[in-house]
Amino acid sequence: MNALSDYKGQEPAWCPGCGNFPILETLKTALFELGMESHQFTIVSGIGQAAKLPHYLKCNTFNGLHGRALPPATGMRLVNHEMPVIVTSGDGDCYGEGGNHLIHAIRRNINVTLLVHDNQIYGLTKGQASPTTTEGVVTKTQPFGANASELNPISLAIGLDCSFVARGYAADSVFLKSIIKEAITHKGFALVDILQPCVTFNKLNTYSWYKERVYHLDETYNPYDRAEAFKLAIKPPDKIPTGIIYKNNKLTFEERISILKESPLVKQGFSLKTTLKELDTFY
Amino acid sequence: MRESMDYTILIGGKAGQGLQTIGGVLARLFSRMGYHVFSHQDYMSRIRGGHNFYQLRFSDKEVSSSKKKAHIIVALDLTTIELHKEDLEENGIIIFDAQSVKQTFTGQEYLNVPFDKIAVENGGDKIMSNTAAIGAVLGMLRLEMTLLEEIIHTNLKKKGNDIINKNILTAKAGYQYAINECTQCSFAVSMPGKNGNMLIDTSQAVGLGSIMSGCKFYCGYPMTPSTAVMNYIGSKAQEYSIVVEQTEDEISSINMALGASYGGVRSMTGSSGGGFALMTEGVSLAGMMELPVVITLAQRPGPATGLPTRTEQGDLLFVLHSGHGEFPRVVFAPGNPEQGLYLTNKAFDLAEKYQIPAFIITDQYIADAQWTYESLDTNNLVYNDYRLRSSEGEEAESAYKRYSFSEGAVSPLAVPGDSKRLVVLDSDEHDEDGHMIEDAEMRTKMMQKRLFQKLPLIQQEIEAPFYFGGEKPDIVVTGWGSTYGIIKDAVMSLSKTQNIAMLHFSQIYPLPLYEHFDYLKILSEARITICVENNATGQFAYLMRAETGYKFTHNINHFDGRPFLLESLTGEINECIERL
Ligand SMILES: Cc1ncc(C[n+]2csc(CCOP(=O)(O)OP(=O)(O)O)c2C)c(N)n1
Ligand SMILES: [Mg+2]
Repeated sequence: MNALSDYKGQEPAWCPGCGNFPILETLKTALFELGMESHQFTIVSGIGQAAKLPHYLKCNTFNGLHGRALPPATGMRLVNHEMPVIVTSGDGDCYGEGGNHLIHAIRRNINVTLLVHDNQIYGLTKGQASPTTTEGVVTKTQPFGANASELNPISLAIGLDCSFVARGYAADSVFLKSIIKEAITHKGFALVDILQPCVTFNKLNTYSWYKERVYHLDETYNPYDRAEAFKLAIKPPDKIPTGIIYKNNKLTFEERISILKESPLVKQGFSLKTTLKELDTFY
Repeated sequence: MRESMDYTILIGGKAGQGLQTIGGVLARLFSRMGYHVFSHQDYMSRIRGGHNFYQLRFSDKEVSSSKKKAHIIVALDLTTIELHKEDLEENGIIIFDAQSVKQTFTGQEYLNVPFDKIAVENGGDKIMSNTAAIGAVLGMLRLEMTLLEEIIHTNLKKKGNDIINKNILTAKAGYQYAINECTQCSFAVSMPGKNGNMLIDTSQAVGLGSIMSGCKFYCGYPMTPSTAVMNYIGSKAQEYSIVVEQTEDEISSINMALGASYGGVRSMTGSSGGGFALMTEGVSLAGMMELPVVITLAQRPGPATGLPTRTEQGDLLFVLHSGHGEFPRVVFAPGNPEQGLYLTNKAFDLAEKYQIPAFIITDQYIADAQWTYESLDTNNLVYNDYRLRSSEGEEAESAYKRYSFSEGAVSPLAVPGDSKRLVVLDSDEHDEDGHMIEDAEMRTKMMQKRLFQKLPLIQQEIEAPFYFGGEKPDIVVTGWGSTYGIIKDAVMSLSKTQNIAMLHFSQIYPLPLYEHFDYLKILSEARITICVENNATGQFAYLMRAETGYKFTHNINHFDGRPFLLESLTGEINECIERL
């Protein structure tokens, strides 16, 4: 068996106090507790501060293009559905540049765990408005305030009947760990939107701002009720529920592809000889 | 010596009238009889209406292009008669159904065949009028009916015996009608007297090539004319265990194909025009990550959405430069289905051997064009698994470095999950482990490995261009990709009176080394060298000039969205010769 220290990767290049640190540590602990060793899973990411995470956690890594983490994650799952795939992404990466892929990954219900480090700002490019930036927030690029209303990833996902929809808070490690563990073990596409303070560029949504608003959903809450979940998702953000907001048990994309029933594609052999008969079909 | 038999049949009508069915059945029929067939399609970007045609040429010798003039025109509508009557060969005949085109024509060159009436009387339904037309064409040529009956049986197997019998009756009646009424028909058809030929188009050949190369994953987004490859692979996906996925857009296609490649299988994507334009960031990602991927581009005229269903060779330079940054690639452009099969296999092999993106570029004309072969050679196809695989975690994870310098240009590519090796890929510049770096020294070393060390190895793999002609030709006609067949037919016919040669490139980039075959010498010593391209600016001529310093003396460029036809190309080559 492995040790927690085995997951240690490169030294993070994040700002001191960044909300990404507790997310990284929580993810490591979750993986450790699930007994998943470094070579047994893959992290796919795009570009952004959040997307650097796989370099800081020893694992199979596909650190691709900005906004494009979900397509390679899907390709990987279709080729090897025995390989757990986690995507780490930012709010810009996933809800902005890669928004189309999110919609369709949810529709496919590919069995991938998506962790969105939602700091409501573009971190890597130094503080422009992201899709989740609160309307009216002033940045260098939006000197008159962000003019578009903010995207609600939770109601979007529930609207698409996403298989697993949760919200966590970076600084609430123990609870976040339980959510991440459930998301990883959930069969189907799992979205975890993680509220993440950005100490350098987001002066509105600070640790104390979140602390005042965030609360846990308790055991009486039934995440299988889609209408209730939707009501919760669209409540005004003066109080922010965290926990598993919605889930269902629909078939995964991988399960619906019959040629994957026997074994993963990557384990199916090939011989040129067996294909030669195809030529006969052209006579 | 008797002139060889060489007939062209044009079937014209509106989209949705079934001219592809008529053309397809006739092409299959002639190739099964053992004739050589060449067909191409000309269609508009619409599902109903408009004017479309399917043209097929059949002969007892090899044919590899279309002619302008037709011997038989099957007119399913009035427009076909109006547009194509000038294209009729001497003693040629236009058949039409006066009732359905609502006009009649008289004269030697017209034959009114009541397709609809024959269908209703014999099959009980107007829907079989196309079967009547096929029968009539056979009757006009005085060919036998037996093979047609066989084809009807196979094509309509799912529809049941009643439908099959009705179609056979209808075909026979159409046949008999032509025998009786076409007294002016004077076609002299030789019996080929050999075994049947195979009939295949280049989209099918590329699809077949990918299946025969062990492709396990194909994804794409529909776009004419690239969709045919996806459809072909899709139709075989169950049998050969291939995942075929229609993605949400082309950006997803290339990235998903790369994810599949990372997962450990051979993968492919394809598109046309703007769809490929969307993929270019992903092409660059393949270059940076050193991930094998095969990309097929079926060109259509641009800019933007251009002429969606028509043909052009306008994207050569775009493909060569697609993707930001500098990285190696190979670019192949098959000139016929045989090359399509071979080069697709080679693209998969080189993509994996050198961990690079490999391109196969076709265009609407060659993608749809059908050719016949007695057989296709499969002895030259290869399958080598170049990946580092293992079933047991025998090695410590720290020992494996994805971009290790220790093996030279190509670092072994491991498969995530099948051992303890961690496979770390990054789109940023990285170190041997695959982790992001920014230092100048490592950057330079990685560029050396990824680009400069690979290039000479890749170049050695590129074979000589196709050459047809004598040792010291006066005139050399050069082309690339889809113009192979038309240039060959034109040069063959001109070689009776001229010292003329043909040079054709299907392995385009990197350009072949002179040491395999000194094409530069041939060109430099010729008096007239003509580069024929289906584009406006002469992109291959540009590439030659840039890479070798050689400038062709003449260029023939078409950019009207239509393919070259034999009479006009021969005429234009002659003009170049006379101008000198
Ligand atoms: C195609 C493309 N466009 C733009 C960029 C520049 N870019 C990199 S990260 C980023 C946004 C990052 O924001 P987010 O995804 O929220 O991540 P964060 O840094 O906040 O974690 C942008 C615009 C890029 N790398 N690629
Ligand atoms: Mg962000």
